[in-house]
Amino acid sequence: MECAIQFKNVTKTFGQVVANKDVTMEVYRGEILSVLGENGSGKTTLMNMLAGIYYQDSGQIFVDGKPVEIHSPRDAFELGIGMVHQHFKLVDVFTATENIALGLEKSERFDLKKVKERAREICDRYHFELDLDQKVYTMSVSQKQTLEIVKVLYREVDILILDEPTAVLTPQETEKLFEVIRNMQKDGKAIIIITHKLQEVLSVSDRVAILRKGEYVGAVPTSEASVDLLTEMMVGKKVELNIERPEAKNRVKRLDINHLTVVNSDGIKMLNNVSFDVYGGEILGIAGVSGNGQKELLEAIAGLQHTEGGSSVQFFPPFETDGVELLGKTPKAIRQAGVHLSFVPEDRLGMGLVGSMGMADNMMLKSYESGRLFMLDRKSPKLLAEQIKDSLGVVTPGISTPVSRLSGGNVQKVLVGREIAESPVVLMTAYAVRGLDINTSYTIYHLLNEQKEKGVAVIYVGEDLDVLLALCDRILVLCGGQVTGLLDGRTTTKEEVGRLMTTVNTVTGGSANE
Amino acid sequence: MSKGMTVKEPFLRIVKRDGVKRSTRLLTIAISIFAALIVDALFIFLVTGLNPFSVYGVMFQGTFGNRMRFSWAIRDIAGLLLVGIALAPVFKMKFWNIGAEGQILMGGLATALVMVYVGDKVPTVVLFLVMLVTSILAGALWAFLPAFFKAHWKTNETLFTLMMNYVATSIVACAVTILRGQASSLGKLNMKTKIGWFPAIFGERYTINILVVLVFTFAMYFYLKYTKQGYEISVVGESENTARYAGINVKKVIIRTVTLSGAICGLCGFLLVCGRDQTISVSTAGGRGFTAIIVAWLAKFNTFTMVLISFLLIFLEMGAGEISSAFGLNDYVADIISGVILFFILGSEFFANYKLIFRGKKAKEVQE
Amino acid sequence: MSVFVSWILRAVAFGTIIMYGAMGETVTEKSGNLNLGVPGIMYLGGFAGFASAYFYEKNATNPSGIVCILLALVCCILASMAGGLIFSFLTITLRANQNVTGLALTTFGMGVANFFGVYILNGASYTAAPLANKAFSAKIPVLSEKLGPVGEMLFGYGFLAYAAIALAIALHIVLNKTKVGLNLRAVGENPATADAAGINVTKYKYLATCIGAGISGIGGLYYVLDYNQGIWATTGQIEALGWLALALVIFTTWRPLNGIWGAYLFGILYWLYQFLPSMLGLKVPNYVTDLIQMIPYVVTIIVLIAVSLRKKRESQPPASLGLAYFREER
Repeated sequence: MECAIQFKNVTKTFGQVVANKDVTMEVYRGEILSVLGENGSGKTTLMNMLAGIYYQDSGQIFVDGKPVEIHSPRDAFELGIGMVHQHFKLVDVFTATENIALGLEKSERFDLKKVKERAREICDRYHFELDLDQKVYTMSVSQKQTLEIVKVLYREVDILILDEPTAVLTPQETEKLFEVIRNMQKDGKAIIIITHKLQEVLSVSDRVAILRKGEYVGAVPTSEASVDLLTEMMVGKKVELNIERPEAKNRVKRLDINHLTVVNSDGIKMLNNVSFDVYGGEILGIAGVSGNGQKELLEAIAGLQHTEGGSSVQFFPPFETDGVELLGKTPKAIRQAGVHLSFVPEDRLGMGLVGSMGMADNMMLKSYESGRLFMLDRKSPKLLAEQIKDSLGVVTPGISTPVSRLSGGNVQKVLVGREIAESPVVLMTAYAVRGLDINTSYTIYHLLNEQKEKGVAVIYVGEDLDVLLALCDRILVLCGGQVTGLLDGRTTTKEEVGRLMTTVNTVTGGSANE
Repeated sequence: MSKGMTVKEPFLRIVKRDGVKRSTRLLTIAISIFAALIVDALFIFLVTGLNPFSVYGVMFQGTFGNRMRFSWAIRDIAGLLLVGIALAPVFKMKFWNIGAEGQILMGGLATALVMVYVGDKVPTVVLFLVMLVTSILAGALWAFLPAFFKAHWKTNETLFTLMMNYVATSIVACAVTILRGQASSLGKLNMKTKIGWFPAIFGERYTINILVVLVFTFAMYFYLKYTKQGYEISVVGESENTARYAGINVKKVIIRTVTLSGAICGLCGFLLVCGRDQTISVSTAGGRGFTAIIVAWLAKFNTFTMVLISFLLIFLEMGAGEISSAFGLNDYVADIISGVILFFILGSEFFANYKLIFRGKKAKEVQE
Repeated sequence: MSVFVSWILRAVAFGTIIMYGAMGETVTEKSGNLNLGVPGIMYLGGFAGFASAYFYEKNATNPSGIVCILLALVCCILASMAGGLIFSFLTITLRANQNVTGLALTTFGMGVANFFGVYILNGASYTAAPLANKAFSAKIPVLSEKLGPVGEMLFGYGFLAYAAIALAIALHIVLNKTKVGLNLRAVGENPATADAAGINVTKYKYLATCIGAGISGIGGLYYVLDYNQGIWATTGQIEALGWLALALVIFTTWRPLNGIWGAYLFGILYWLYQFLPSMLGLKVPNYVTDLIQMIPYVVTIIVLIAVSLRKKRESQPPASLGLAYFREER
């Protein structure tokens, strides 16, 4: 088969984070290629370089055997490459037709009516249901997704990239989309689907390329692939990590989460009727591909998410029998109610810390109101900062150096250090070791274990299955905003977790307690 | 920039720096002022044929020529600086208050009205207190309105505060018309009795203004750096998400901070009327509300850096006055010179915040 | 009746100045750039137009009206666009803060115009370019004279007043019915989306800001050579007009067609204090007339609040207004 695209030793970094490392892979004409990988494996970044959103740090991309430089989406279109992004690239106040007409290069006379007619034809041909005069901001998510696909189809691209295209489609819509994709394949086009749903990979693609932690692992023809093989390639061979896991002692119920449902501003159910309990003295792992409700779950508990009626999060303080309802309270109200809840959010510098401030100032982010009436107490945060700097080995020129200047690992030490210093009863962490080196990661695991032994209820949202399996006492699996499994961390296998992470709609109601 | 990019890899790539050192910033500002002065020198030479160095020399005299001029310069620096101080917290919070002009006017108007209508009815101390309080309230109200709508409905504050300036102007115009009665212009208020004027200290009534501004320079620095409210402002300005995470009531902080800023602008109006002009007019604020934005922004909200920037701008203004009389040019040369300097400083921030990577550098790596 | 006619004549002429200013700023803001330098740009345009006409009149042996018009227009547009270019370079390429840069541009434009103005004034308190004024303010012959008051109100303006209406309609068509307009609006709404669609965001922002500045500048030209009877005097009047033009942009909710009636309405409101009392035979104290002058601004504030309360998406400012765009921002 003819080689449509070739990546050769492509590397892309963002600051400290290596998103793609030395990737060499091919895409052939007339094939449907699935790019499979866990979250953070660099699938989207790699494809964004093809679409002209990013430019590689080193390496070369070839299209039809010729070296090309793709500096902008315009360059990509000229090479016949089109991408449907996971996050919609639509102008809200425009109609569907206007969005399709956006940036059209062909020097034909600008005529929205004609654009609409042709778009109509495309919709009819592939049985898309789309009101072409509808404004985008009134559309549902699946309508927006449909529009995105029509938009790319309209441009008659040769190489089509779809980033998680089915995440918001119904099974029927998904099947329709696959039909479209197969038809395009017949025209000799190359189609790349970024996905983490194994079933879909097997049903639609010809070949599967797997990325892991930014590196290209390999590719297999779908005919030779099985769920087990793909899972193994995706998550890697089970690596024996030397993470200690003390026995869970004195388990006391700390959180009782019932029927938690969160709907985001786009109207998508990010959490669907989630129920589970959290106990002190254990680490509860939460597994799942990022974007399946983990963020909303933690933020809901922390008082940062609006939740739907019927949801409930009960907190049981030590030495008391009555629970405290957390939902409907602001973070401040939760704190004032005496709930010692610590939260290490995913977005360290955008939520957990203030980048332009030094360590010392960041120490008082949640406690600045204590102490004297009007004045900040600057002494204790300074002491705390010094203490954390020494005990966790934070590498910084000084405790007043803006934390945004520190490396990712040190930023995380500052954040985790602060949250632990508050002597929490519940400690929630989201992707606590993302982008960190091995040593720092182990420091973090150690800190979490210490907390566990102190009787703290630790929630660990993670993406590395090896770590989850080695560290956690129980593992809750989220997929599509639902709980798809609650497993014993000591007995479960990587494959089992991997499968539950990629299986939607198997457990109706999505609750492990029901 | 876009040309030539499609040929090979980009000629120039722009990467954001992780953090900017204070020394880097100051250095880029110094370089840009120097570059701007060269451009201005060329301009002066080409347009007027004058030797730019002698022009700059004369300019220097504007501020340092004699004791009186220096004293006036300090007075004007104080006036500009106080507004900059007022704006520091709001801009730090990334609230674009360009309505300081109106807030000053309302403060000044409140002072003037009290001075005229209450002046001879109450003891002096009470009078000053009443003037102080009403001016602060007037300025605060003028800032509260846009802040309230911004906090609750995200009403665009840049445009709102801008419009409020003109509402204030027209109210002041109305009041001036009433106050002057049949006279062709409104002279100094309470000219005969001098009631409500600041007493002269060291020979000048504006000495009190300078002292007050001096206090505020320290107080605002202290407020932003050492108080809980100052801390909240920093967090909200940096990221509303972080503020919510920390449990800060973002709406409350916005309204409180902007109102405080308006209150200080109102106070500035009070000082201008009692200590400097002893009268009120639509030009009492005199563009300070706008210039102070530049002062606050360039100083990155550090009140002591603001002293330097205010000095620079007033130095230019007074110098220009001197040039105009010495060379028969006109005052507006100050606007041009400071405009060019501002352009250069604004542009220079880019070089402090971003790194440029040229093509050659990477090409070598590829060849290896 | 005659009072009403003069009111309308004055209001329409006044409206024309700010209509130009607002139309230019609308184009600029549609690209996501908030240029607070409009007053400065109107100064630059007004002065360049006046100066070129003045020197042409003074030095040409047999000056012609048409040449005068062309020369003034070209100089005005070039000078204004230069102002727009400074703003574009600083805010788009160097990503300087738009608000601060705009304010600096206002200072600069005002300074340049008044500084050079002094050379032309040469000691006098004002200077005039009578020929240019005649050319610019020539009413439409016959129609403005023969049709009574209605004819006067409809046809009694210089050609720039009609050009403004034509331009508003043209802008409406360009913005809403053409590819360029669609792309431009996309850039102002969501530059990342526009970029992904292959639109050159930088180019659009530059062009929109410079062309917008060129249009705004004509407002200054119209003020000097027509509205102000071809007289240049050092004055702060243009600055106030510039801010009013910014207000008009909000008032029209970024639609050029609304700009036509909006500008005249502002003109009527602005001159209300002088004409309405005498029309009604009232004697209004001066201080009331001062208060009446705030009406356009109050109305604008009300519109601004109403728009944000209603949350109607089509009436909002362009979503990325005031923000710099950097593709690799993460």
